Amino acid sequence: MTVRRPPVDPALPGRRLGRVGLILVQLFVVLLFAVLGVRLWYLQVPMADHYRDLAVSNHHQRLVVPATRGQILDSAGRPLVSNRTDLVVSADYHALQGMDDGGEEVLGRLAEVLDVPVEDLRQRMRLCGPTVQRPCWPGSPYQPVTLADDVEPSVALQIMESADDYPGITAQAQAVREYPQGTHAGQILGYLQPVTQEELDAREELRTRFTGVDQVGRDGLERVYDTELRGTPGLRTLGVNNHGEVMDVISDEPPVAGMHLVTHLDLGVQKVAEKALADGIAAQPNADSGAAVVLDVTNGGVVAMASLPTYDPSVWRGGIDQETFDEMLSEEAGEPLVSRAYQGHYPPGSTFKVSSLSAAAENGYSLRSTYACPGSVTLAGQSYQNYAGGGHGSLSLHQAIVVSCNTIFYNFGYQMWQQDGGLHPEGEPDEAMANMARGYGFGSPTGIDLPFESGGRIPDREWKRTFWEQTREVNCRRAEEGYPEVAETNPGHASYLKRLAHEHCVQGFEWRAGEAVNFAIGQGDVLVSPLQLARAYAAIANGGTLYEPRVGRALVAADGSTVQEIEPSVAGELPVSDETLRYLQKALTAVPKEGTARGAFGDFPQDRVSVAGKTGSADQQNKETSAWFASYAPADDPQFAIAVFVHQGGTGGAAAAPIAREIYEAIYGFSGGSKPALPGGEPRDELPVVRSDGSIDVLER
Amino acid sequence: MSTHMGVPSRGAGLLRTATGAAGRARRLDWTLITATAALCAVGSLLVWSATLPGDGGSPWASTDHLRRHLLHTAVAWAFCLAVASVDHRTVRAYAPLVYLATVVALLLVLTPLGAVINGSRGWIVVGGFQFQPSELAKVGLVLMLASMLGEPRDGETKPMTRDVLFCLALLAAPLALVMLQPDLGTGLVLGAIFLGMLTLSGAPVVWVAGMLASGVAAGFCVWWFDLLEPYQLDRITTLIDPSADPQGAGYNSAQALIAVGSGGFDGTGLFQGEQTHGRFVPEQHTDFIFTVAGEELGFVGAGTILVLFTLIVWRILRIAQGCDQPYPRLLCVGVAAWFAFQAFINIGMGLGIMPVTGLPLPFVSYGGTAIVANLLALGLVLGVNSRDRGFE
Repeated sequence: MTVRRPPVDPALPGRRLGRVGLILVQLFVVLLFAVLGVRLWYLQVPMADHYRDLAVSNHHQRLVVPATRGQILDSAGRPLVSNRTDLVVSADYHALQGMDDGGEEVLGRLAEVLDVPVEDLRQRMRLCGPTVQRPCWPGSPYQPVTLADDVEPSVALQIMESADDYPGITAQAQAVREYPQGTHAGQILGYLQPVTQEELDAREELRTRFTGVDQVGRDGLERVYDTELRGTPGLRTLGVNNHGEVMDVISDEPPVAGMHLVTHLDLGVQKVAEKALADGIAAQPNADSGAAVVLDVTNGGVVAMASLPTYDPSVWRGGIDQETFDEMLSEEAGEPLVSRAYQGHYPPGSTFKVSSLSAAAENGYSLRSTYACPGSVTLAGQSYQNYAGGGHGSLSLHQAIVVSCNTIFYNFGYQMWQQDGGLHPEGEPDEAMANMARGYGFGSPTGIDLPFESGGRIPDREWKRTFWEQTREVNCRRAEEGYPEVAETNPGHASYLKRLAHEHCVQGFEWRAGEAVNFAIGQGDVLVSPLQLARAYAAIANGGTLYEPRVGRALVAADGSTVQEIEPSVAGELPVSDETLRYLQKALTAVPKEGTARGAFGDFPQDRVSVAGKTGSADQQNKETSAWFASYAPADDPQFAIAVFVHQGGTGGAAAAPIAREIYEAIYGFSGGSKPALPGGEPRDELPVVRSDGSIDVLER
Repeated sequence: MSTHMGVPSRGAGLLRTATGAAGRARRLDWTLITATAALCAVGSLLVWSATLPGDGGSPWASTDHLRRHLLHTAVAWAFCLAVASVDHRTVRAYAPLVYLATVVALLLVLTPLGAVINGSRGWIVVGGFQFQPSELAKVGLVLMLASMLGEPRDGETKPMTRDVLFCLALLAAPLALVMLQPDLGTGLVLGAIFLGMLTLSGAPVVWVAGMLASGVAAGFCVWWFDLLEPYQLDRITTLIDPSADPQGAGYNSAQALIAVGSGGFDGTGLFQGEQTHGRFVPEQHTDFIFTVAGEELGFVGAGTILVLFTLIVWRILRIAQGCDQPYPRLLCVGVAAWFAFQAFINIGMGLGIMPVTGLPLPFVSYGGTAIVANLLALGLVLGVNSRDRGFE
């Protein structure tokens, strides 16, 4: 091989010129790569932390692992709310999206086996957003998307066994709320609803612990004890790739199951209370609703609390439709969401006389004197009758309670009103009646561990003035302009209304004799709830201690490891002397034996369990008389207080007392040889035991 | 110098024959070879890491891509050394043939033999074998242009207007075919090779300046008259603001920055990159392989790659300086322009300062045709070196 090198012509400028050019090009290349080097330095040294943060948010996916919600148990450990396991078919959102056909084929096959239109599944697979109509998936795409719940085991099995035919689809058990007792205690238990965006926003620090499918207690115990029942969801941090596929588990914080709530409620007593109330309402032609409350007088525990009409809390499960929801709030349906027991307030009638008697006794009226009980009294130019219109001659206060004499209390109300200066009080009025009522816990919320309680109303001069100030403008305008719209059809009524408006406008602030007189027998503007009344009688029974009623008794860890008792909370003491209290107790004890409730308790074994109580028959404008019975037993060693209210039920002795009697019979086992609902006729003092494996030992009856 | 000229004596000839292989080997540029081999080695590791399944398991779990890449690299080095051992004048004789072959291959791409991969009709699939003619077209163009510009017509000492026009035609054929695929990246590299070689060919200054200006103008006009595919336009737009459309065209850029930036000074360590194994950067074993280096090897490793490229291009230009003939010098210049431009665009793309164009990183990215083409070009340069510096 021969190399022939052509001679170099020194005239050729190429080499020299080329050299200079080449050196320039070399420098240019170095410059180019230096630019890259500077940029690389900028990204990797000063900016490294910034990009590391971005990298973490890129590939770390935090997944909330829900905690099992605690059960709600009665005092014996029987479940009132538990969790049911449903077979749920769900899909891995990313797995289906990643398929060539977007999961179409799998969904088609699934629709066949589930026997639903494939379009339905397609809609459920969409992520909810501002422009997406329901049904859609409200949760995170990293959680399994629920396509069908409560599927047949055979269908679930088919899907599980032929997993290859259903890639990305799982059939698994999932917990949903169950109400093993049906409608019993529904209003107390409350319900769950999906967490709203507002709630998520409000719980900024907890946001990572919520996902779109989280449920939050909306009412009742589920709401009040929501945090404890919910437990702590686990947090699993997953490493994901660009398709959202899980690569590895970076950290795993397991969930802590919610605590079980043991209540003071006794399922047996609750059932009897509801049934007796329903029967009692059905027995009265005009009765439409009612409530019955059973309290443990020693600690304020709510042993039973019934309110009718009620509803089945399971309607909330799986999302309620608008129609059912509207119906449940409607007046025609009797507003079953409202618990009459603690959210309803009504004039208490004669049951209120315990407060009026206390006010009189603490303000100079002797318990040893007798007082005239005529058939009617005329006070400040107006006549006031006894209930049946009959007179009883001269009575002790004991007798006044037993026969429920109104006229004696009318006089008390009128005289105390006069002592305060009547229409024109000088200085600060004593308001002895109203203050005693407040001392009994009326007029303000009891503080029960249930939501949305209001306080009722105890009217007095101050309330009247406030009310007048709020309504004066309207009344004064009406006093000027009259009621032309009423005058068209009924000129007489219109002129009456106009006079009334004028009176309210000019004198509406006055606390008048008639109002004070009616107040004394629990009529007029006085409004109390059955729960407030039961608590007041419980206080009389236990020697004067006013408790905050408690439904919850203890919170027990799901594995039984910790027991957190909910201690009774004292709201106050009755502002009544021991002498007055004993006097009242004796009088109340006589009522079911020889007084207004003797009919209802005629053959009740009072020698075994003596019942103390007071009837009430309250009138409300344009309505039938409502029946009350407030009581406690045993009279010599009080354990339970029961208040019963039947709206438009008639007299307390006829309509309300029999219901209370039925409840007592069930508690003590007096009805036809049945076992007592509560062993020994006493509230249980031990708690049901939750074992470490999560099982619950129900206490023997 | 003149003592080396003329017909060598018989004895010297014999000696040369006897020690030919060893002598040639000694005259090879070992710095250049070492730098390139180092780049290939780093590239193999990066390809390996970039193609792991990402479940945090052993690197040995998946070596399919690695083994294929090593095979490609080995074959490519064989080609390289073979070309280096052939007299570059002999190669020059085949320049028109090589050029024509690559143009024909580019034409075949447009026939049913061609296959579309990643939205671009750039592949020929024959049997189980597939290759990318556009990579080889770069070699063909370098050879052909060197041959034309390095051989002035009789009586001329440097290329004249006629030569320039002819070279322009030589560029136009492969450029047009590549743009039909469409493969903007390769088109830009072909343009850069042409401009680089023309600039240093001694062609009339008017032409050089005109070509440089029209190159810039053409690029601008292509953009201005919306002749680019929409996705290409997007890529340029998002270069200005990568966060403008993070799920769309800006996604690649944004993810590349995260991968590189999160690597920090010393990197996460080979096989340890979470962005890499989460496959957040698309095409991370080919066009975006530099992001793997950025994340796993950090500034130390990625900077080393920059240094190696600088060294390689520097050495090639050094060899060009040593040539006393225009043809071998232009050959080196063409190859240098190719490597420098392609590496700069590719790395600049990974660092978010260049638009996203589909270009592999020479010697590093996965891709058989590309690595063969790169090492063939290196072989041409080495061949020049082993002969033309013999007189020094």
